[in-house]
Amino acid sequence: MSENGFKPRIVAFLCNWCSYTASDLAGTSRVKYSPRVRMIRVMCSGRVDPSFVLKAFALGADGVLIAGCHPGDCHYIEQNYKTMRRHAMLRYFLEQMGIQPERLRLVWASAAEGQYLAESIDQFVADVQKLGPLRWSGVWEDPWRREDAFDEIAAEHAEAMEVQA
Amino acid sequence: MNGEPKGKLALYWAASCGGCEIAVLAINERILDVDALFDIVFWPVAVDAKVHDVEKMADGSIDVCLFNGGIRTSEQEYMARLLRKKSKVLVAFGSCAHEGCIPGLANSTSRRRIFETVYHETPSTENTDHVEPQPSTAVPEGTLHLPVFYDTLRTLDQTVKVDYYLPGCPPEADRIWDAITAIVENNLPPPGSVIGAETTVCQECPRKRNEKKVKKFYRTWEIIPDEETCLLEQGLLCCGIATRAGCGARCPQVGSPCIGCYGPNEGIHDHGARMMAALASTIDSNDPEEIDRIIRDGIPDPVGSFYRFGLAASHLRRKKEAMIET
Amino acid sequence: MITSDETLRIGVYVCHCGSNIAGTVDVEALTKFAEGLPHVALARHYKYMCSDPGQELVKRDIVEFGLNRIVVAACSPNLHEATFRRAAEDAGLNRFLVQIANIREQVAWVTEDRQEALEKAESHLGAAVRRVARHVPLQRQFVRIVPRAMVVGGGIAGIQAALTLAEAGREVILVEREPSIGGHMAMFDKTFPTLDCAACILTPKMTAVKLHPNIKLLTYSTVESVEGSVGNFRIKVKRKPRYIDESLCVGCMQCIDGCAFTRAKFPNAFDQGLGLRKPVWIPFPQAVPPVPVVDPEVCLQIARGKCKQGCVEACGERNAFRFDQQERIEEYEVGAVVVATGFHAFDPSVISYYGYGKYPNVYTSLEVERLLNAGGPTSGKLVLRDGSTPKRVGIIHCVGSRDANYHAYCSRVCCMYALKLAHLVREKTEAEVYNCYIDIRAAGKGFEEFYNRVQNEGVQFVRGKVADITPAAGQGTSAEGGLVMKVDDTLLGSIREINVDMVILAVALEPQADANQVRRTFGISCSAEGFFLEKHPKLAPVNTANDGVLVAGACQGAKDIPDTVAQADAAAAKALALIDAGQIELEPNTAWIEEDICSGCKTCINLCPYQAIRADEERKIAVVDPALCKGCGTCVAACPSGAARQHLFGDEQISEELEGLMNYV
Repeated sequence: MSENGFKPRIVAFLCNWCSYTASDLAGTSRVKYSPRVRMIRVMCSGRVDPSFVLKAFALGADGVLIAGCHPGDCHYIEQNYKTMRRHAMLRYFLEQMGIQPERLRLVWASAAEGQYLAESIDQFVADVQKLGPLRWSGVWEDPWRREDAFDEIAAEHAEAMEVQA
Repeated sequence: MNGEPKGKLALYWAASCGGCEIAVLAINERILDVDALFDIVFWPVAVDAKVHDVEKMADGSIDVCLFNGGIRTSEQEYMARLLRKKSKVLVAFGSCAHEGCIPGLANSTSRRRIFETVYHETPSTENTDHVEPQPSTAVPEGTLHLPVFYDTLRTLDQTVKVDYYLPGCPPEADRIWDAITAIVENNLPPPGSVIGAETTVCQECPRKRNEKKVKKFYRTWEIIPDEETCLLEQGLLCCGIATRAGCGARCPQVGSPCIGCYGPNEGIHDHGARMMAALASTIDSNDPEEIDRIIRDGIPDPVGSFYRFGLAASHLRRKKEAMIET
Repeated sequence: MITSDETLRIGVYVCHCGSNIAGTVDVEALTKFAEGLPHVALARHYKYMCSDPGQELVKRDIVEFGLNRIVVAACSPNLHEATFRRAAEDAGLNRFLVQIANIREQVAWVTEDRQEALEKAESHLGAAVRRVARHVPLQRQFVRIVPRAMVVGGGIAGIQAALTLAEAGREVILVEREPSIGGHMAMFDKTFPTLDCAACILTPKMTAVKLHPNIKLLTYSTVESVEGSVGNFRIKVKRKPRYIDESLCVGCMQCIDGCAFTRAKFPNAFDQGLGLRKPVWIPFPQAVPPVPVVDPEVCLQIARGKCKQGCVEACGERNAFRFDQQERIEEYEVGAVVVATGFHAFDPSVISYYGYGKYPNVYTSLEVERLLNAGGPTSGKLVLRDGSTPKRVGIIHCVGSRDANYHAYCSRVCCMYALKLAHLVREKTEAEVYNCYIDIRAAGKGFEEFYNRVQNEGVQFVRGKVADITPAAGQGTSAEGGLVMKVDDTLLGSIREINVDMVILAVALEPQADANQVRRTFGISCSAEGFFLEKHPKLAPVNTANDGVLVAGACQGAKDIPDTVAQADAAAAKALALIDAGQIELEPNTAWIEEDICSGCKTCINLCPYQAIRADEERKIAVVDPALCKGCGTCVAACPSGAARQHLFGDEQISEELEGLMNYV
């Protein structure tokens, strides 16, 4: 279902200590990577509320990336394990909701891994490109020409009113 | 309402089970006080006023409209818009209007599947001609119209502006009375608010809470929970932690996990996301495979478990499914 | 106070950063875009926002145009967030009403396409504007710092750090796992390249530690747990029982003579097992404290409850023996910690072709150090297992280092200590010495000169990796006598077989076996090879990811004594700078609980690794201690009722940022 010219919109949540610093390092090292990723800095990947991920999809994101410190290396000791657990839960839920779980990716990137983070972003963008656009907000746009249906019933009632009047 | 002899009250029933209509009566003899304070100008289930009567009213002439049910058909949408126009205060009454409730859980399937089930597949259905309701049917006398059944159920506030919300499936009688009192005494919170508690069910739950660390989730038939400890700590998917208080923790008190009918707490948009966030955080494992196993073995239906009432109001609103239909 | 939307006046500043940003991002277009965003009162672009004139611009505008929110689109917030916060504060605006949009590291430097760069910059800037509108003023919070430091590890690094801190007048608690401080350096005979006697330069420092009134020395002790955070650590130390009261013992060692065991028969670990000791023992004569320790496993009194207790009798009226001593936990409050837990010498028995552990005359360098040391098991005589003096000695470099199968890194000290051993072996035995090396790395003050000296002394240098060690012909497999080193001499271009009667393996320095556990205890990270990770390899070489925890010595990476001492002083200076500040600013982004909303469900309590959240059972709510909270926000994301909130990273702020990102693509 990939489309020509599809430019994915991806939101990345980066933890301050490892992955955000890795993104800084990628910058300092002038590593070029896909510009399709928009970044949000959080202090810890453990701050990433599943609501943020769902909201990102609802707002039109085609993919969401969460990046944190490697397991065991969390700046906050063990909080990225909570991220790991929520990620597992979210993927499971997304599957059931008909969103390919591959649209949510968890990446562990240390402060030293600017290059790796850039590569992971490129890989993710490429994978989302293959999956095609998600266009989630279109999901609840009824194909039933809601407006027409409404106008019809309104007209019908107006007509009935006239008959009565 | 001071100075006026009586206010005007309307009640309406859209996509819901009707329980909310009964719940209004659960305020018992206080219904007489309601009658003393209000003229009930429209209440299809109890009062003989027609839609046309409402249509003829001046805009804003109804003081309060208690609207229960979500919006699934074009007729319901018409009624929602009509009552919005005619009412000063529109209250999303009960879980269906508030967040979609069980009718909204049908957003995890499609109109096509719903029709298949209802008109063809249920064992009690005999429909050899494969008849399905059609929006318009030509008959010798002209064209008959049925409301269009939408693919996605919307909550009331996804359809029209809502002034207040009264959560619950159904709202507890005392909470209904609190709301009526607040309306009568003009003691309402800022518009857009939920009239109710601002904390969650645990506040009202007498069970003892210790440590939330879950190694295995159980379904209700798998274990007999002990009578004193927090159900969630025993591995049952109790939604009380994330669900607005107001019910008196009825379910957990009798050993049945909260299913979340009062919806999310104040300021929270996505009820299920809160449950998933909290529950996943308490899983007692750091091993990705074990975590997956704990989740998948223990929670066979995450949407049904976490979004039983709030799917239509959630960020994602519905499941993505092929909706192509001609 | 929450500013209502109508009164919001946001100032947006787009930085060119010379051509660093402006070369890729159209800063004028970006500024124009910003002008159209909600609540933006003015938008400017400027060559260098972080310069004084750039900051002045912001300050002037705040005053002149009544700006109440500032967004700077520039480099990473890790670089100049503090700069612009301070500028805002100077102009009378709360410092937390500032947001940085990262358009350099995350846009200009990583994006090739100019249109894409502009779009991404717009998205980041729009998000920052949306976010800052939801910022609220915050008060800065400070806590007092405990003016005391702990040094963990009593090798040369720990000794040096402790002395520097103590001499500056600060209380220091020095914790050492072994019965004596001194570490590896105390095992050495001489030190390269000057050939100072290790004991001669180390012992005075050890004694100084013992005598210093500001140092509390806890030997035979380990750190059990660390709570709290920078400025206020609460550290539990486990004191293992010595079975001798340290305060009563005078170090006469008569108990060792008096012991029921007339002969030493247990291996002394300090001597690498080459020497023997009794159940009551002292690792080496200059041990500090000079207090013996009783080995409960082999002491007849403790293990069997039955002994004539010659030791107690020898101790006499000093009466220092305490056979009923128990392990105990002591708690210390300190403001800063220096971790100096040292290294572990690589165990070469895993390299089967070198035959260590199989051929008795294959030694590790550390074993040879003990043999050469006058205080060692042979009183400084270098002898083979059979007591004879070696005539031909092979020294193999890079054992476990620069080897993908073991450690890829260079251990930095092996070349030099192997040269030192070559010199000492020749000096003591006049044996023929063959140093087999890959490269000689002699980069250090006086190192190359020392290499030349050893060459001139007649040591044979063979450039090549030893492939195999086998018993010499006619020796059988036990090889009590001669060994053959097979080496590919890359300078000669041929395979050589060198007959020797002793092989010394110059083993690698590797992280301590329990380094991973230690780093978890102190909340610091490790590099890939397992050494403790400094905060920045160049600019913060002794700081760690955990503020207030500093590292020094070989636990941070293989290094020699001069480097270790320099780093130890650096760590001590950092610790001093920290605790002398008297107070420390808390993280602004702490969590807090909206008490009316909290239902006391206790979901959050277990999630905090800092025990910053506790359950108030009386009020049935959770309470966050802002002094302990480090601001990760994990509890906020987990809170099912929405009662847990976070300053600067609240749901409303992150959600707005997200909407901004998605709106302005």
